[in-house]
Amino acid sequence: MSDALYRDYILDHYKEPRNFGELEPHDLEHHDHNPLCGDDLGVHIRVEDGRVADLRFHGQGCAISQAAASIASDELIGMPVEEVGRLDADWVIDLLGIDISPTRRKCALLSLKVMRGATTGDASWPE
Amino acid sequence: MTQVAATPLADLRADFPILERVESGHPLVYLDSASSSQKPRQVIEAMDSYYRHSHANVHRGTYELAREATELYEGARERIAAFAGWETATTIFTRNVTEAINLVAYAWGREHVGEGDEVLITEMEHHSNIVPWQLLCAERGARLRYLGVCPEDGTLSLDELDAVLAEGRVKLVSVAHISNVLGTINPVEQIVERAHAANALVLVDGAQAVPQMPVDAAAIDADFYAWTGHKALGPTGIGVLHGRRETLEAMRPFLGGGSMIARVERDFSTWAELPLKFEAGTSPIAEAVGLGVAIDYLAEIGMERVRAHELELTAYALERLPEVEGITLFGPPDPDGRGGVVSFALEGMHPHDISELCGREGVCIRAGHHCAQPLMRCLGVAATARASFSVYNAREDVDRLLDALTKARKVFEL
Repeated sequence: MSDALYRDYILDHYKEPRNFGELEPHDLEHHDHNPLCGDDLGVHIRVEDGRVADLRFHGQGCAISQAAASIASDELIGMPVEEVGRLDADWVIDLLGIDISPTRRKCALLSLKVMRGATTGDASWPE
Repeated sequence: MTQVAATPLADLRADFPILERVESGHPLVYLDSASSSQKPRQVIEAMDSYYRHSHANVHRGTYELAREATELYEGARERIAAFAGWETATTIFTRNVTEAINLVAYAWGREHVGEGDEVLITEMEHHSNIVPWQLLCAERGARLRYLGVCPEDGTLSLDELDAVLAEGRVKLVSVAHISNVLGTINPVEQIVERAHAANALVLVDGAQAVPQMPVDAAAIDADFYAWTGHKALGPTGIGVLHGRRETLEAMRPFLGGGSMIARVERDFSTWAELPLKFEAGTSPIAEAVGLGVAIDYLAEIGMERVRAHELELTAYALERLPEVEGITLFGPPDPDGRGGVVSFALEGMHPHDISELCGREGVCIRAGHHCAQPLMRCLGVAATARASFSVYNAREDVDRLLDALTKARKVFEL
């Protein structure tokens, strides 16, 4: 029976994260952490014609934060850079497709925080 | 009070109302006492009774109620001081250990730590025993140094301590009595002796030690010994700083305001006698009353018995946990050298996910950096999972943790 939080696809993305590693050369980068647990996540982004041409996340974290980064990465590639800055918390939580309790919210949002930091310079937690 | 002296410790569960709580359909197994302990009903009732029947501000009114509140507050101080083997007048109430250390950093550090001087801490300190010294050293042009932690057995090296002290620049050594992550019991008596021989003062952070082993602060002979109520079966909002009389008397005050003055002129003030010199503002009266009852409760059990109980549970956990596949344990392998805290990692599972899944089985463990990020870097991890014990835990709680970990690995298909 699949777990309500740790669904098969969440575990799959956690164990085999997509678009993880370094990207050289890259145009944008940002590195951040979750102060509650010390998890850290960075991103390298290559930009072409105002769009995210390619990206790589790197760092370590829990299943929720790693899966969120992995699932989001596929959506982010090809997206206009300007649009990334407008993404909100619901975007990534909807993508995850699981109920996120308040205690795990920052885990889910870390990858978006890092993406927004890289593209807009605004590294505040997404609302 | 329950006749605790003749009761096996785990049977004291009945004294802790919160342990009747059902968590996710399971009886609560609370294994996070190193973060904050639960409270016996004696403490809760004493604080409730204080507010119902005895509250007034202390050290002020001349009416009966004010006298009674003052007696309760100062009576608690006497018992709390005696519990840690210290003198009453030099036992100062703070909000917590963090405030106690900040008090020393501010009121002693700013006068005695200058350019080129050093403050020596260790890699296993809690952030509360790191950040105040960072702030002080940055302000005074001093250097903050760290004694290393052996990654294999989680201990400090006294040879390294001697080598750093021999350079002659250390003004203060500040060290945890017991590590909140590794459980290591540090040789604080030897550290104090060596530091004093090098003309350095010593602060011992006893947050983890006082609740779980006999502590005689006078025998340790540190210049400052700090601990906190909420980890010792007492309420939040009250901590304790024991200080050496001549050092405290020579220090400037920390916070200025009511209570801490002898006389206030328009342009200057003179200070109250110890301990009030360091207790500005209205005191945590109910909290002192609660902590007084908490240490009465511990004293009635007997701290030797508390230590024996912690040792038994720790030894049992160290014996059983390796049955879980992919587990790594941190800290001293010998239970005699450690307190009742066991940090661990599971291969293929982040500590946050471990604690989430244990929580679903009603087993409360902590996950994260435990306010010890420099130590996490030494251990080469971002976080650990941690189980810690108190008087109300039993071997069955360790069994429940094992079951929860086994189940968690199944969820992760490991």
